[in-house]
Amino acid sequence: MMSSSFNIFRVGISFVMVCIFYKSSVDCLPELSSQKYFSTLQSGKASLAYFCQADSPSTSVFLEELKKAVKPLQDYGISVAKVNCVKEEASRYCGKEKDLMKAYLFRGNILLREFPTDTLFDVNAIIAHVLFALLFNEVKYVTTLERLQNIEDSLKGKANIAFAYVRAIGTPEHRAVMEAAFVYGTTYQFVLTTEIALLGSIGTEDIEYAHLYFFHCKPVLDLTQQCRRTLMEQPLTTLNIYRFIKSMEAPLLTEVAEDPQQVSTVHLQLGLPLVFIVSQQATYEADRRTAEWIGWRLLGKAGVLLLLRDSLEVDIPQQANVVFKREEGMPVEYLVLHDIDLVISHVENNMYTEEVREDEDDDIEGPDMDTLGIQDDEVAETVYRDRKRQLPLELTVELTEETFNATVMASDSIVLFYAGWQAVSMAFLQSYIDLAIKLKGTSTMLLARINCADWSDVCTKQNVTEFPVVKMYKEGENPVSYAGMLGTEDLLKFIQLRISCPVNITSVQEAEQYLSGELYKDLISYSSVSVLGLFSPTMTTAKEDFTEAGKYLKGCVITGIYSEEDVLILSNRYTATLPALLLARHKEDKVESLPLANTHAQDIVQMITNSLLETFPEITVENLPTYLRLQKPLLVLFSDGSINPQYKKAMLTLIKEKHVDSLTPCWLNLKTTPVGRGVLQTYFDVLPPLPLLVVVNLHSGGQVFAFPSDQAVTEQNLLLWLKKVEAGLESPITILPAQEWKPPLPAYNFLRMMDAAASQHSSRKGPECVKETDVQENDKEQHEDKSAIKKEPTETLRIKHWNRSNVFKAEKSFRHDNKEL
Amino acid sequence: MGLSVARLWGSPGLLLTVALYLAHTLHPVQASTPPHRDYCVLGAGPAGLQMAYFLQRAGRDYTVFERAPGPGSFFTRYPRHRKLISINKRYTGRANSEFNLRHDWNSLLSHDPRLLFRHYSPAYFPDASDMVRYLGDFAARLGLHVLYNTTIAHVTLNKDRQAWNGHYFILTDQKGQPYQCSVLLVATGLSVPNLVDFPGSEYVEGYESVSVDPKDFVGQNVLILGRGNSAFETAENILGVTNFIHMLSRSRVRLSWATHYVGDLRAINNGLLDTYQLKSLDGLLESDLTDLAIVKDREGKFHITLKFYWEEGNQHADAITLPQDDSDNFAMRVAYDRVIRCLGWNFDFSIFNKSLKLSSVGEFSKKYPLVRGSYESKGSRGLFVLGTASHSVDYRKSAGGFIHGFRYTVRAVHRLLEHRHHGITWPSTEHPITQLTSSILRRVNEASGLYQMFSVLADVVLVKENATAFEYLEEFPTQVLAQLETITGKQARHGLFVINMEYGRNFSGPDKDVFFYDRSVGHTEDAWQSNFLHPVIYYYRHLPTEQDVRFRPADWPLPRPTAIHHIVEDFLTDWTAPVGHILPLRRFLENCLDTDLRSFYAESCFLFALTRQKLPPFCQQGYLRTQGLVGTESLRQHRVESGALQDHAAVDRHREDSYHGRVGHPQAPGPLVQPLHSNKEEL
Repeated sequence: MMSSSFNIFRVGISFVMVCIFYKSSVDCLPELSSQKYFSTLQSGKASLAYFCQADSPSTSVFLEELKKAVKPLQDYGISVAKVNCVKEEASRYCGKEKDLMKAYLFRGNILLREFPTDTLFDVNAIIAHVLFALLFNEVKYVTTLERLQNIEDSLKGKANIAFAYVRAIGTPEHRAVMEAAFVYGTTYQFVLTTEIALLGSIGTEDIEYAHLYFFHCKPVLDLTQQCRRTLMEQPLTTLNIYRFIKSMEAPLLTEVAEDPQQVSTVHLQLGLPLVFIVSQQATYEADRRTAEWIGWRLLGKAGVLLLLRDSLEVDIPQQANVVFKREEGMPVEYLVLHDIDLVISHVENNMYTEEVREDEDDDIEGPDMDTLGIQDDEVAETVYRDRKRQLPLELTVELTEETFNATVMASDSIVLFYAGWQAVSMAFLQSYIDLAIKLKGTSTMLLARINCADWSDVCTKQNVTEFPVVKMYKEGENPVSYAGMLGTEDLLKFIQLRISCPVNITSVQEAEQYLSGELYKDLISYSSVSVLGLFSPTMTTAKEDFTEAGKYLKGCVITGIYSEEDVLILSNRYTATLPALLLARHKEDKVESLPLANTHAQDIVQMITNSLLETFPEITVENLPTYLRLQKPLLVLFSDGSINPQYKKAMLTLIKEKHVDSLTPCWLNLKTTPVGRGVLQTYFDVLPPLPLLVVVNLHSGGQVFAFPSDQAVTEQNLLLWLKKVEAGLESPITILPAQEWKPPLPAYNFLRMMDAAASQHSSRKGPECVKETDVQENDKEQHEDKSAIKKEPTETLRIKHWNRSNVFKAEKSFRHDNKEL
Repeated sequence: MGLSVARLWGSPGLLLTVALYLAHTLHPVQASTPPHRDYCVLGAGPAGLQMAYFLQRAGRDYTVFERAPGPGSFFTRYPRHRKLISINKRYTGRANSEFNLRHDWNSLLSHDPRLLFRHYSPAYFPDASDMVRYLGDFAARLGLHVLYNTTIAHVTLNKDRQAWNGHYFILTDQKGQPYQCSVLLVATGLSVPNLVDFPGSEYVEGYESVSVDPKDFVGQNVLILGRGNSAFETAENILGVTNFIHMLSRSRVRLSWATHYVGDLRAINNGLLDTYQLKSLDGLLESDLTDLAIVKDREGKFHITLKFYWEEGNQHADAITLPQDDSDNFAMRVAYDRVIRCLGWNFDFSIFNKSLKLSSVGEFSKKYPLVRGSYESKGSRGLFVLGTASHSVDYRKSAGGFIHGFRYTVRAVHRLLEHRHHGITWPSTEHPITQLTSSILRRVNEASGLYQMFSVLADVVLVKENATAFEYLEEFPTQVLAQLETITGKQARHGLFVINMEYGRNFSGPDKDVFFYDRSVGHTEDAWQSNFLHPVIYYYRHLPTEQDVRFRPADWPLPRPTAIHHIVEDFLTDWTAPVGHILPLRRFLENCLDTDLRSFYAESCFLFALTRQKLPPFCQQGYLRTQGLVGTESLRQHRVESGALQDHAAVDRHREDSYHGRVGHPQAPGPLVQPLHSNKEEL
């Protein structure tokens, strides 16, 4: 394969050589006089000449290496000669002293470079140096990131880059890169560096070895965007680079509708496998995206094709979603893989490799078993990573079976029930400790905790069988379970707002103070709304309902009740009909009233909860669930920092005019909610400048519509756009995937392993191996039965070793618990 | 079988006649119908008292009948040498009381922490009289209804359509007083010494009556028949004063540390093995006892010969051929001064009328009555066998014949009865599916019933529809798994997990080397080869049928499941390692349920909520209900470092690289490949 492409360049071979082809690979080095040598030089042709004294020894290490370089250089149209300096024709190239002889590279009769023989230490160095000198323009040598960046920027939209790091000039890797550059130098810009720092700065951790990256700059149209990079994972050899670049040229994704057995692409010729992603009409769009993504991941490793099942004439297994073709002519494999990573790992584990396969029969377990031990639960992982940090646990009281009852009876206390081995509760314990730090010395509430891994009985008695749970204990009251976000802020709010709910307000003056926020000044920051129920003293049922609602809302909002004789003063003042609900919104400094006649406790809770919702909220991680409950599509304005007042005004106007009643309008501050960027990245392939206005239909269909970024955010434009969206005239920029959450990775298939061992066991031992009976010694031999040979342990042992050496490498052995110790 | 861990027998031959008591505790005797009890318990040993405790707590109508004047009368006499071989481990370094019961072999289950055996004896192997005292306190402090000095001499069946089980059990005491019972719970233990009949067996002394004073054995040649703990206990007592002790039995010695069965020979009693193998004069011999004959010579010494010679001889002592006459190096050619029989005990079938069809288990001959996996007699409904006598279910396998085992099986029987007669379903807790891994972990790390009654009692997780929630049932008898729905009153329509504890399949046995090199498994992928006791989780898509249970593969405690998971054995029996134990378990559960059981921080849930139509269960059941896990700044930092979180706050320079996940990247969750079909076929 390699030679076929290089043939073109062989046309350039011009030099008349004395030697023709020997059967051995040892090429002979023509020895010429200097006069003769210069007479043979042709314009435009390159030639490397070693000048030496005629009487110098005919063999030296350098000459041996030079001889080896003759043939390869010839392939590139470069002739090589040894020029004997005769004393009388003292050419200027003939050095004065024997050991100061040099080699010279000419193009035509122009001297390009001179090389001290010690730089040309071996054949690789010779070829690398010669090609490096000749391909001065094709291969740019860089030492700084800026330079690399400049080259990258200048080529965006124009050409792709092959960027290589080699440890030193003249190494075999350098030669391989130069040889590749000789072939592809006009198609791709080659960039070379020997600077480790440069490699490190583009994000490669392992800088022991030479690397080659392919920068996909040609498709990049936006100059601010970076070129996608693909790292060549194989060692840098000429053949590997050739294959790699060839595979970069191949299309990322091909759609086929024929029998995978028959399909062939350039990948197979390159020795790379093919991966078919099976697609159906119904899921075509998503499949294509998946396949493209896999294509990127497998670029340079395999060819990726989208196989359209519906238009396929041959039958493929119903459940197969991936087809794998390792080689031309080999039967294809039908696979069921549930995760991109599984596809990737399947390919990576089945790639052609030069290294010797350690064993043949490793398919007893899946190819990806060694990834199963990688923690993919973010909570477990972070808690584990944090395990050595000392928490100031002493700020909370640790309870035991003996102290629990006495403690929670003696003082108002809040208890965290957790289990030391459970990651989620340990993560929350950290927030709890943070809370203790915040409240240190200021709260009358006792912060306590109990580890249910130790005191499981206590927890069960408190009806705690899940973790984590927070309960508030107050004398004379039933314990209240905390049902808010498991974080410091919300728990703090819960603790601060624990005042008895509803608060009994006893005078009009106090009610006014309550409504203005003065009465509970400290608490206003936790509860932006104060609720006051107004009842005439006789409305007992209504009061009961309200009280029940207040208790339910304890810890989430302040509620108060007023039912004195002079309640009419208040109801008149706020134009309310008794029984009524007053909602004091402290931020907006206004008081609303709502009628409460015949409203059950549950509905009161609903009314109050709804009243807590803002009309145009800043959406945050903490409050999103509350707004999602409304089950309406979100109209989100993504803003980098606080919201532009003009936009806000436009939105508020729309809201006021009830144009967006079918939506939940809100805005998101990327500064305070940075995860919003992740959301945007999913919505937009290329991120337009902020702010961005988006309608997300989360609850039905998952369409995402973006307000055109070239339009000004004005009421009119917005209204028009929203109408179009509603009318179905806008096309969504993306549709959110509707997949179920499946197991991220497979599990060990122990049943299969047991079966395999059992079948092996029985085939080895034969059918006479019956199960042991309890009474197996019927022999009347009168002495110790020495016949009991320990067959089984050794058997198990053997399987164990066989298994382990097969799939698992020694790196995990630290987890082995040494019972022998 | 010997005397082993706190085995319960009724005290033989103790007939006391006190009936005054009756009038106070039972309803006045009516002329026609005898006094009625819903539940009658026979025997106030550990099992009887344990059942009485549960019946009492449930407020049931019950009486315990005991022939002795106090509870645990067996322990007043046995073991003869007074040392119990059930461990009384007072310290474990753990506060968890449920966990500590794993290492407490003597206490009965109760809510009263004072009734723990460690308060009754400081000895690791306590004295039997402490057990008597403990049982006395247990009965008294809990106010259990026991009728002492009442010997039930006869039990018959009286058919009656009104009765719960279609018949009443009529118990008659030594005075002829009848009692009518709806349910009969037999906890009488094993009380009949096992005798072997051979010529000369009349010369043999029994364990139950042999002298325990070593002085009586000074300078004697002793032959002990039997190879259980009672035989070795007897030998141990006289080892230092005899000339030698020979022990004879049919089968080879079974060491409990090799078989992992507490009823086999315990190391505490095995001094004779040591001296035998260290070339003292003591020794073990194997022979079938029924082939023997013992001949007494004129000096009163005993000679061993074969029944065959005895039968062909003319019964005159001097004329009988001895084996050494043919084979002059016959091992037992020496004359013995004493022959002692320590061959264990059998169940006393004699008081049960034939109508009860209480037959014995075939293989164990007369030793145990035949019962089902639910401990109910195969012959008559409503008759349950509890305690030591119920050991046929797990004989030589688990601990059902011993206090630390049957205290749990008694509870299981009680739960069954509560449902059968009082409509109270098997106790259970219901949780969202996200708690599944935790619930299982909690139990395998602390549950004592699973640990003691390994492979006999197992926890059951009943998956609810759509796998969004589950019900957790504790300590269900595995052998009646097929009848789970009728026994518990729960439904198992959507699949179930069974959480069992097991030793390695080929690890235990009398001839096994349990100390072989490399016996411990540390790699999670080799967990199925774990040898030491470890949790095994079975997943069934459908409740197994009776056929499945009956024809399960040999050596399997449960029928073949859809999928199985072994949690790798752990030296500390602490299965809480995040990667070694929890992660593989979670992957197993996820693959069985075809869902994603990972936990996520609120921020991740937020991202999923806005970028996907579906959320993982953890976000659905937590975050969406405003109970998301917020996390702290330092945890967030770890999240960024671990690559689980893209640092959105940073410039999105590496957007492509970091957003789409590597392996195990929570932000690139499972289902990226579109045509997803159930992978359950693969399991």
